[in-house]
Amino acid sequence: MIYETKTTHEEKGNVPSIMTANNVDVFYGKKQAICNVSLDIPENQITALIGPSGCGKSTFLRCFNRMNDTINICRVSGKIKFSGQDIYEPKVDVVALRSRIGMVFQKANPFPKSIFENVAYGPRIHGLAESKDELESIVVQSLKRAGLYDEVSDRLNEPGTSLSGGQQQRLCIARAIAVDPQVILMDEPCSALDPIATAIIEDLMETMKENYTIVIVTHSMQQAARVSQQTAFFHLGELVESGDTQAIFTNPIQERTQNYISGRIG
Amino acid sequence: MPNYILNTSRQMAKRHGREKRFKWYGRIAIFISIAFLIFMFSAIVFRGASAFQQTKISLDINFSEAIIDPTSSRDPEILKRANYKPVVLESLSNVIPGITDRRDRNRVYKLLSAGAVFDLGEQVASNPKLLGKSKSVWLLASSEVDLFMKGKIDSNISEDLRRLKDKDIEWIEILKSQGKIKKTFNTTLFGKGDSREPEMAGILGAAIGSFFSLLVCFLIAFPLGILTAVYLEEFAKKNFLTDFIEVNINNLAAVPSIVFGLLGLSIFLNFFNLPRSTPLVGGIVLALMTLPTIIIASRSILRSIPQSIRDAALGLGASKTQTTFHHVVPLAMPGMLTGTILGMARALGETAPLLMIGMVAFIVDIPKGVTDVATSLPVQIFLWADSPEKGFVERTSAAIIVLLVFLILMNLCAVYLRKRLERRW
Repeated sequence: MIYETKTTHEEKGNVPSIMTANNVDVFYGKKQAICNVSLDIPENQITALIGPSGCGKSTFLRCFNRMNDTINICRVSGKIKFSGQDIYEPKVDVVALRSRIGMVFQKANPFPKSIFENVAYGPRIHGLAESKDELESIVVQSLKRAGLYDEVSDRLNEPGTSLSGGQQQRLCIARAIAVDPQVILMDEPCSALDPIATAIIEDLMETMKENYTIVIVTHSMQQAARVSQQTAFFHLGELVESGDTQAIFTNPIQERTQNYISGRIG
Repeated sequence: MPNYILNTSRQMAKRHGREKRFKWYGRIAIFISIAFLIFMFSAIVFRGASAFQQTKISLDINFSEAIIDPTSSRDPEILKRANYKPVVLESLSNVIPGITDRRDRNRVYKLLSAGAVFDLGEQVASNPKLLGKSKSVWLLASSEVDLFMKGKIDSNISEDLRRLKDKDIEWIEILKSQGKIKKTFNTTLFGKGDSREPEMAGILGAAIGSFFSLLVCFLIAFPLGILTAVYLEEFAKKNFLTDFIEVNINNLAAVPSIVFGLLGLSIFLNFFNLPRSTPLVGGIVLALMTLPTIIIASRSILRSIPQSIRDAALGLGASKTQTTFHHVVPLAMPGMLTGTILGMARALGETAPLLMIGMVAFIVDIPKGVTDVATSLPVQIFLWADSPEKGFVERTSAAIIVLLVFLILMNLCAVYLRKRLERRW
C-alpha cells in the first residue's frame, strides 16, 4: 500500500544511534498522518526534520516522547526504540520516558510563575534535588547552559512571562535541561522569534549538542542547513529522504527533495 | 484614481446609515433596561426605606415590687413573665390626662406594641436592681402608631376606615408635644426573628438560616462540582458515556428549581429522615441545584486554559495529576470561584425548593446550627408579602433591599476574586 520512497545517504560515519524509529505509522482517527517512517537519531548530533506544512514532521517528533498520547484519537504503530528499549511497550512509564526525552514547543510556554519556579519545577517533581541549595544550583546551571543566566540573574523571582519572546524560549530550554534529559525535541522553536533571537538559540543548540541529542522540526531550510548534521525531509506523511545535511542540500537523490529545497513545492 | 474612496456614494451612505441605526437600537435597548431597573429599585427603596426606622415611646416606669414580684423571689423566669401592664398603664396615664374608664385604658395601652411588656420583663430579669426604682424607658410603639408617625395613615379619611381612631391620634399628638415619641433606627428588623406583629418582626433569623443553608450548599457543591468538572474535562475519555453525562448535566441546569425541592422532600426527608425545615436539608437541595451551574462554569474555564501549559508540564515528565493540580487547576481557580459564587448567589435568592422541604414555616427563634429549624431570606420575603398587616408592606421591601445587598456583595466578591487572582500567560 505504501510505496517505499525512503532513501538514505550512507555517509553518516559511525555515530551510534540513541533513538531509532522503525515502520512508524500514525493515525488521527481514520486519517493516516505518518506512513511507514523509519529513521535513526544519532547521538550528540542535531537532526532536523523539514518539510512543508502538514507533512507530519511535528506529529513524528511528538512520537518520540509519546506526547501524542494526550490526543485521544491519535494511534501510533511501529517501533520506536530509545537506548534499545521500545518506548511504546505497555510497561514503559511515560512519566519516566519524558524525563529522559525533553521537549521545547513552537510557542514559548513558560508557566505563569517566577523564572526560578519555571526551571525548578522539573527537578522538584522528579526529586532530583535533595536540598534547597542543590535545587538552586541545578536552576543556575540550567539557566547558564541555556545562555539565559546573565540576563536574568538579578530577577529570578519575576514572572517567566515577563521575559521577551526569545528569552522565554530559552527559559523553556533551560526548563527542559533542568531535568537532565538525554534527548531534547524541539518543535519549531524559532518560528515566533526574530532573526537575532533565532541566532542566539541556534548558537545555543550548537553548544548543547555536546551534552544532548537534539531533534528539531523546522520549516526554515536555512536553519536546518545551519544547525543540523542530519536532515530528514518529510512530504505528505512520508519520509522522502534522510541523511547527512550537506548531502541533502547539495545533492538530493529524490526529485521531491530537490523540488522542495529549490522552492518549487511547499 | 477611483473616486469612490474619497467621495461618499449612495451605497456607502446606506452602509453608514445601517451602522448608525444599529448603534441606536443598542442604545435604546440599554436605556430601556436601565429605566426598568431604576424603576424597580426606586420602587423597592421608596417603599422599604421607612422600615429602617421604628417608633418608640418614652415612659417613666415605676418598677413597683409589689406588682411585679410580690413574693420577692427574684426568679428571672417570674420576673420575665410578670404582669407589667399595670405599671405601664400607670405611667401612661401620668403622661396622658383624662384616662379613666376601662375602654380608654385598653385603647391607650394599645399604643404600645404587644411586645413592649416582654421587653420590660427582659430588662428587669437581666437587672433585678431595677425593682422598686423608677426609670425612663423607650418602648416599642404599635405598628399602627409607627405607620402614623411615618405619615402612612391619612387622618383625613373617615374614622371608620382606619384602625387608628381620632382619639389615638390625639394621644399621639400629646406624646409628640412632650417629646416622648420618636423614630429611631430599627434594630428590631436586624436583631430579631420573625413575629406576627410587624413592629416586632426581624430578618435576623431568616438571614442566619440563609447563611447556614449557603454554608452547607458551598461545602457540598464546591468540592463536588470542581472535582467533577476537573475529572470530566481533564481525565475522562471522550466517549458515549461522558457525552451522555454532559448532556444530562446541561439538562439539570435547566430543571425548574421546585423539582429539586420535590427531590429533597422525597429523598432526604422521607427516605433518609433528615430533620425537616432545617438549613441542612435546604443546603443539600440548593447544592444539588447549584452543582450543574458550577460544573458547567468550571468546565468552560478549564477548556479555556491553553493546551500549551499542559504540554509544558507533560513534556517535563509531570504526570497527568501533577499537570492538572499544579498548573491547570490553579490557573482555573479564579474562574471556578467566580462560577461558584454566582451559582451560590442564585441559590441565595431561591425560594421554591425551600418551600417543598418545609423551610416556609413561621419560625421565631434564631437558628444556632444547621439542624435547627429555620427559614431563609427569600422565603421570609414571601411570608411577609403574604401577611395582611399593613406594617409588613414596608418590611417586605426592606427585606428585599437586604437580600439585594447580599446578592450585590456576593457578585462584587466574584468580580474582586477574578481581578485579584487572575494570572496572565
